[in-house]
Amino acid sequence: MRLKTLMLGAVATAAMAPAAFAERGADGQVNIIYWQAPSTLNPYLSSGTKDLEASSLVIEPLAGFDEKGVVYPRLAAEIPSTANGGISEDLKTVTWKLKPDLKWSDGSPVTSADVKFTADYCMHPEGGCAQLARYEGIESIETPDDLTIIIHFREPRPNPFTAFTGSQSPILQKAQFEKCAGTGASACTAENFGPIGTGPFKVVEFRTNDAVTLEANPNYRDPAKPAFAKAVIKGGGDAAAAARSVLETGEFDYAWNTLVPPDALKGMAGAGKGKIVTGFGTLVERIEMNLTDPSPDLPEGERATTKHPHPILSDERVRRALSMAIDRTLLTEIGFGEAGRPTCNLVPAPEMFASDNTGCLTQDVDGAKALLDEAGWTVGGDGIREKDGKKLHLLYQTSVNPIRQDFQALIKQWWQDIGVSTELKTVDASVFFGGDAGSPDTFQRFYADVEMYANNFDGTDPEPYLAHYTCEKVPSPESQWQGENVNRYCDPEYDKLIVELGKTANMEERATIARKLNDMITKDSMTIVPLVDRGRVSAHANSLGGVVLNTWDSELWNIADWHRVK
Amino acid sequence: MLVYALRRLLLAVPTLLFISLVIFLLLEASPGDPLGNIPLTIPAEVKEKMREALGLGQAWYIRYLLWLKQFFWVEPLHWFDHISGTRFSEGMQRIISFQTRSPAFDVIAQRLPQTLTVVGLSYLIGLLIALPIGIISAYRQYSWFDQIGTFVSMVGFSLPTFFTGVVLIIVFGIKLQWFPSIYDTTHRVTDWDSFVVQVRQMAMPVTVLALYNAAQISRFMRASMLDNLRQDYVRTARAKGLGERVVVLKHVLRNSLIPVVTVIALGLPAVFGGAIITEQVFKVNGLGQLLILAINSNDIPMVMTLTFIFAILIVAFTLIADLLYGVLDPRIRYD
Repeated sequence: MRLKTLMLGAVATAAMAPAAFAERGADGQVNIIYWQAPSTLNPYLSSGTKDLEASSLVIEPLAGFDEKGVVYPRLAAEIPSTANGGISEDLKTVTWKLKPDLKWSDGSPVTSADVKFTADYCMHPEGGCAQLARYEGIESIETPDDLTIIIHFREPRPNPFTAFTGSQSPILQKAQFEKCAGTGASACTAENFGPIGTGPFKVVEFRTNDAVTLEANPNYRDPAKPAFAKAVIKGGGDAAAAARSVLETGEFDYAWNTLVPPDALKGMAGAGKGKIVTGFGTLVERIEMNLTDPSPDLPEGERATTKHPHPILSDERVRRALSMAIDRTLLTEIGFGEAGRPTCNLVPAPEMFASDNTGCLTQDVDGAKALLDEAGWTVGGDGIREKDGKKLHLLYQTSVNPIRQDFQALIKQWWQDIGVSTELKTVDASVFFGGDAGSPDTFQRFYADVEMYANNFDGTDPEPYLAHYTCEKVPSPESQWQGENVNRYCDPEYDKLIVELGKTANMEERATIARKLNDMITKDSMTIVPLVDRGRVSAHANSLGGVVLNTWDSELWNIADWHRVK
Repeated sequence: MLVYALRRLLLAVPTLLFISLVIFLLLEASPGDPLGNIPLTIPAEVKEKMREALGLGQAWYIRYLLWLKQFFWVEPLHWFDHISGTRFSEGMQRIISFQTRSPAFDVIAQRLPQTLTVVGLSYLIGLLIALPIGIISAYRQYSWFDQIGTFVSMVGFSLPTFFTGVVLIIVFGIKLQWFPSIYDTTHRVTDWDSFVVQVRQMAMPVTVLALYNAAQISRFMRASMLDNLRQDYVRTARAKGLGERVVVLKHVLRNSLIPVVTVIALGLPAVFGGAIITEQVFKVNGLGQLLILAINSNDIPMVMTLTFIFAILIVAFTLIADLLYGVLDPRIRYD
C-alpha cells in the first residue's frame, strides 16, 4: 500500500516535471524595436500610441481586449456583467473586484485605493490627462474594501468598458504617484519614467526618445512567466530600418508598425529570418466630402460653414459618382498590399457592427458618368463638366505621406476620366491634424472640397465614434473650429438614432442601430467615402513564439506569454 | 588682446539674446502644433486641457520671458545645487519639454556623451586622416597621390551622409553582416569584449562622418601648405642645408596650420550639434536626433534650449578661433 502510494506520487511528480521547465527568465533577452521612440512611460501624459505600448509591459489595467476584441480580466478577478451582478440593472453602477494577493513590483499589495487614485489622477482638472475620455461620465467611485471598486456613472452605460479597460487606462500605484496629481505631473520625471506596476516587467532604465531597459518582475502573479529575463525596447530610425533589423539581420526580435511599401516588405521577408503579421482593427482611410462651401470668395467666418451649402457636393449624385469612379482594390494593392482591405464601411469591425456593404468595391466609370449626366453636369469643350457656367473643379487635400500622395494621383486620374478636374493639396501632418484654431489648413477647418485621411476608435464600441456626425458637432468659428463632424453633415434622423443608441443596452439591437447609422453616412448619402480598411503590420523573428497581433489593445499585450521557440 | 576678448564677450550678450528672441518668434510663427501628433481618438476638449497643462494658454511674451528666466536663473541654480548639495532651486519650475514632460537639460545631459563619443571621435579621426593627406598632397602636387586625394575629397564632400550611410549599412550591415545596423545606446563598456562590441557598432557612423570631415579639412590643409611651400624662407632653409623633413614638418607645417586650426575651431560647434542626418540614419540617438524629433513634434522649449546652446557654442568658438589665430600668428595684433 505504501509502495503503491509512493509510486503514484513519483509518477505524478514526473508528470508535473515538464511544467516546471517553463520557468521565469529562462529565455534571456528579447529585443523590440519601435521606430517611433517612446517618450514617457506614463500613458496619461503621453502623446502617442508608442508610449502606451511601452508602458503596457509594466503597468496593467483591470481588464484588457484580446485579439478578437473580447474583454478579458487582467487585474480583475472576473469581468462584471449583468449576469454576475457586476453591472447593475439600470446600467449605472459597475463593480470590479481585484484578484486577491496582487503585488506591485516593489512588493506592496495592490488595493482598491490605487484604482480610485488612478481615476482621480486622470480626472484632475489641471492634470491635462491625455486619456480623460476613458473616464468620461463617472460620477463617483467607492471603495468599500481593499479588493472592491464600485463605479457610479451619471448616465446608464451599455458599454462600461472604458475606465480601467485597455492599455489606455492602466492602474498607477498611489504611493508612487500621490504627489504627481494635477500641476505636479511635470515635476515627477522619475515616476513618469519608471512607474511601479504589476506587469511582467519592471523598468531598469528609461532613456526618453531612445531606449527602455526592463527586467522580469519578481512579484509578477504567474511565477512561470515571463519567459524572458530582460526586455529592451529601442526607439529611433524609420519603419524600413526596423523591418530590416528583424527580417534581414536578425538583430531584433519584434518590430512594431513596419509600414513599408508592400513589395519591399515581401522582399525583406524572403530572407527567411522572420515573418510579417497583420491584424485588422477599425482604422479606415477615407475621403470626406465637404457639404459646405469653402470658396475663398466668401467672407472669413462664413467659409466652410453651414451658412453656405456646397454648390457641387450638396448633390448626392455627384458624391456617389465620385465614389463609383474609384478602384479601391487597386488602391489597396498599391498602397498597403496584404496590410489593407478595400472597404465601403466607416465601421469595419467588430464583426457585428460591420454592415453588409460591398456595393462600392467595383469600379463603375460608366455608371459614374451616367449619374453626372443625370445630375445636369454636361461635358464641356475641355473635357471638364460644367453646369450653369460653373466648372466641376474640386480641391482635394490630405497630409504629407507617400502613400496618400500616390492615392491622390490615382484618384485625380480617375476623376479626370469622368470629367472632374482636381487640384491636389498636401499639408504637413502636424499642421493638418494639429487642431490649431488659427490655421486654415487643419482637417476640421476643411477649406477644401474633399479631404482624405484615416481615423479609428478606441475599444470595441463604435457609439462615440458614430456620434461624431451629429448636428451639434459641426466645427465653426464659434467653437474655435473644434468639432469632429468635419463634413458638416446634419440629418435629424441620424441624431434621433444616435440618441436611441445611447439608450439601448441589448448588444444585438445596438449592432443593428450602429449598422444603420454607418449605412446612412456611407452607402446612402456618400458623405464619407471609405477607401481602405488599414490593418496593422508588424514583424517578428521566427525564433520568437507566442506573438498574437492584437489591434484592439497594445501589441505587446501578451508579452508575458512570449518565449523562444526551441 | 584681453581688451579685445572682453569687448567681444560683452558684444556677444545682446547678440545671443537677440538670437533667442528670433528663434522663439520663428517657432511661434511656424504653423505646427505641439499637440498635432496625438491620436485623433482624443477628443478636442481633452486636447484643450492638455494644451493648458503645457502652459500654451499664456501670451507669447510671458512664455518667452519665463523661458529666459528658466534658462539663465533656474537651470544654473539647479546645477549649482547638484554640485554643492544645496537646495536653493527646490520647487522652481525648470525648462520642461512638451514631448516628455521632463526637464530638457536632463535629456541633453543624458545624450551629450553619446554625441561626443561618436561625432567627436569621427571629427578627431577625420582630422588625423586629413592632415597627413593634405601635407602629402601639397608636397607632391599633381602626383598620383594628389589626384587620388583630390578625387576622394570631392566624393566625400559631395556625397551626402544619408546616402553614404545607407549604402554602408546595406553593404556592411545587411549583406556582409560585419557590423550591426542598429546602434545600441544602452551598451556599457566594462571589459575587452564589450569594448570590441562598442568599436564594431561605432565603426560605420564614425567612418561616414570622418570621410565627410576629412574631405573638407584636407583641402584646407593642402591649400595652406601650397601657399607656404612657395615662400622664400623655405628656399633659404633648404639652402642652409636643413633636411627636407625638418623644412616641411617643422617650418612649413607650423605656419600652414594657422588658418587650418581656426577652421577646425570653427567646425567644433557642429560636433555638439550632432550630425543630425548621420545620427538619424544610424539611430545613434544623440543631440542631433533629439533636435530633429523636437522640431517635428513642435516641442518649443526643447528646440529653443538646444538651438540656443548651439548659438552660444558657435559664438564662443568663433571667439576662440579668432583669439587662437592671434596667439599663433605673431603678425596679428588685436586692439
